[in-house]
Amino acid sequence: MNFDPRHTTRSFSSVGTRPIRPDGIDKVTGRARYGADFNMPGQLVGRILRSPHAHAVIRRIDTSKAEQLPGVKAVVTAADLPDLTSGDAAMYDILDNCMARRKALYDGHAVAAVAAIDARTARQALKLIEVEYELLPHVTDVDQAFAADAPLINDTIITTGVDPKPDRASNVSMRSQFGHGDVDAGMAKADFVVERTFKTEQTHQGYIEPHACVANVSPDGTADLWVCTQGHFVYRQHCAQLLGMDASKLRVTSSEIGGGFGGKTHVWAEPVALALSRKAGRPVKLVMTRDEVFRATGPTSATSIDVKIGAMKDGTIIAADATLRYSCGPYAGSWAEVGAMTAFACYKLENVRTVGYEVLVNRPKTAAYRAPSAPMAAFAVESAIDELAGKVGMDAVDFRIKNAAQEGTKASYGPVYGPIGIGPTLEAVKNHPHMKAPLGKNQGRGMACGFWFNFGGQTCTDLNIGMDGTVSLAVGTVDVGGSRASLSLVAAEELGIDYAQVRAVIADTSSLGYNDMTDGSRGTFSSSMATISAARNAIKVLRARAAQMWDIPVEDVAWEKGHAVAKGETHGNLPNLSLKEIAAASGTTGGPIAGHSEIVADGAGVSFATHICDIEVDPETGATRVLRYTVVQDAGKAVHPTYVEGQYQGGAAQGIGWALNEEYIYGKDGRLQNAGFLDYRIPVCSDLPMIDTQILEIPNPNHPYGVRGVGETSIVPPLAAVANAVSNAVGVRMQHIPMSPPRILAALET
Amino acid sequence: MVEVTLWGALAAAAGGTSKVEIEARNIRELFKRLSERFPGLAPLMDRGIAVAIDGTIYRDTWSKELPAGAEIYLLPRLAGG
Repeated sequence: MNFDPRHTTRSFSSVGTRPIRPDGIDKVTGRARYGADFNMPGQLVGRILRSPHAHAVIRRIDTSKAEQLPGVKAVVTAADLPDLTSGDAAMYDILDNCMARRKALYDGHAVAAVAAIDARTARQALKLIEVEYELLPHVTDVDQAFAADAPLINDTIITTGVDPKPDRASNVSMRSQFGHGDVDAGMAKADFVVERTFKTEQTHQGYIEPHACVANVSPDGTADLWVCTQGHFVYRQHCAQLLGMDASKLRVTSSEIGGGFGGKTHVWAEPVALALSRKAGRPVKLVMTRDEVFRATGPTSATSIDVKIGAMKDGTIIAADATLRYSCGPYAGSWAEVGAMTAFACYKLENVRTVGYEVLVNRPKTAAYRAPSAPMAAFAVESAIDELAGKVGMDAVDFRIKNAAQEGTKASYGPVYGPIGIGPTLEAVKNHPHMKAPLGKNQGRGMACGFWFNFGGQTCTDLNIGMDGTVSLAVGTVDVGGSRASLSLVAAEELGIDYAQVRAVIADTSSLGYNDMTDGSRGTFSSSMATISAARNAIKVLRARAAQMWDIPVEDVAWEKGHAVAKGETHGNLPNLSLKEIAAASGTTGGPIAGHSEIVADGAGVSFATHICDIEVDPETGATRVLRYTVVQDAGKAVHPTYVEGQYQGGAAQGIGWALNEEYIYGKDGRLQNAGFLDYRIPVCSDLPMIDTQILEIPNPNHPYGVRGVGETSIVPPLAAVANAVSNAVGVRMQHIPMSPPRILAALET
Repeated sequence: MVEVTLWGALAAAAGGTSKVEIEARNIRELFKRLSERFPGLAPLMDRGIAVAIDGTIYRDTWSKELPAGAEIYLLPRLAGG
């Protein structure tokens, strides 16, 4: 389904408008049902016992006292789950993270779980479980874990991507490298060079809704799972595989989702809830506390990044080099690889090299966080780029414009770009009033660019036309950001009917074909492609039915603005038939009218953004306040501009929190010290100015309307934009994120 | 015959060569021929490989044709958040 160039001049009827989202009223009146809002008759309360140690062998677990406590209906440990030691390594890691088998690998790692008649009994039962640990040396810092003499977390990890293959285990699971040209020769020619090391601390996605599910395994082996997730089809696959079930016997229904941002792309407690229900023979509801969410789910990587960039006197970047170390928790990951691919993606570079290292640490398993790994790499690169522009004597925006990638540029990660939006976002920023606004004392302005790939994936959609002419759209991508509204607009656009006549729902796993996870900014991109395809299939049926009603060949029937139109001299005087009229007659023209689509939505268009930040720094306390913030980003085509703007604002808000406040703080004992929103401070409305947005539309040639993903790119530039603003305000290059008051004061004292 | 460029880690696993010529009409054939010619690629192929054809990344459309003269670049199969 390639982009139709007619759309560049086409006037859309529905796409591009801003109707109220169909789930809005239920959400603001409390009717919407999230993960913890679902209940079943006779359900039990599930609770998980977690390791208080960062690294320890589990010598013995005695659950007998807990099992004897009245009201306890089931206790499970790793012994109740399949032993995948000799099986698929990735699946072993997933299950081991849900329930530790041999070692507790981080503070918060699950070691046992109970199901009881109420929460009080469940908590009592956890206290009665005896776990004998043998403590091991731990390491939580990415640089310390990278060192050759670091405590070894997994003695089977041999670094891949290294030639020759190492002969002993280490905490580095993978080395990856990207680039082209001769970096060393290029660097030798440079008139100006900037070389620095940057660090970012680990952050959590900070979704407001904790992980929650209700599992119900029937004695006949079938099961239902109601869960808050970004991908219920993937959860079904993983849970069924981990528990040895047939996928078709497990129906998973996704609830409304109170934020995910990548953190709800992995199973964490759901296999445990199913195992408890299977053992107890009753439904089990398991809702994580906030403490558990922080200690045991989804933080992003902490990083340490070396950057070296060289430029000629005329402002041309001649060489760029980066070495990136990303923590991945106690299991192998591929986070540094993504950082290495995205680091220099905004620029046209003759000589570029990036090397990434995945580093195991005794922290929770790393999960994706909105354009995973890209923000940290952008922080390092965009900080160095800003400094280099200053050395060359060029304006920071002009320097980037001179070196920006464009159509035909060989990307730093390999392929040649098609039509892209980095140049237009920079030009828009250069001309934006924000860049010309005066600054006051102790205030600084920073700007930065960001890149993200965007992805598509397997997608399935059903479009059913009711006998009253209204349309039910069943999609399998979870609505994380308003996609039911966007997809209803797309269905209305294709069919030529009003938006209000379409109702989109997220179908459960037994009602629709498989859908990949809602990640990679793919929800609206891929499901809109499937919706367009399904609508076009439905239109074929509608034309055939109209042909029957008129008794003319279907080739003589066209579809225009929601109506069948008879064509040709013979039939041209027939009055048009509306969708509603055709639907009303469907019972006697062949039965229900529907369109289906099963596709792989490959061909997502890469996305770029440029942000501007104004900040004020109190030099006495190191406190900061964001005064003004602007996001300029290419959307390809904004299907529902309000929700596109919302994605831009949300990503910027999260990035500002990452830049200024948020970090996991570990003690010397390897335990997390700030597992709660009081001590892990995300920005709230009063911390932020109104975030201005500007949508650019450079069509993606691989989507019929030109749509690109929009959900992730907006979190890539903020770390660097804020850091450049702070650096400009205080006159010191900030190299460590978050730029909390103590770090700013320390930087001012150096 | 198409020329295929391998990213760093893949090139290392293919004996240090970053460009290979392969007789393949589509992505499925490309993967088959590559695994036959470079058995060392197996762990990386199991982890997942995407194919960029003239800059557009394909992760799952293995029937996608490889046009003669197209730029074909192998990349890790990535996911987002």
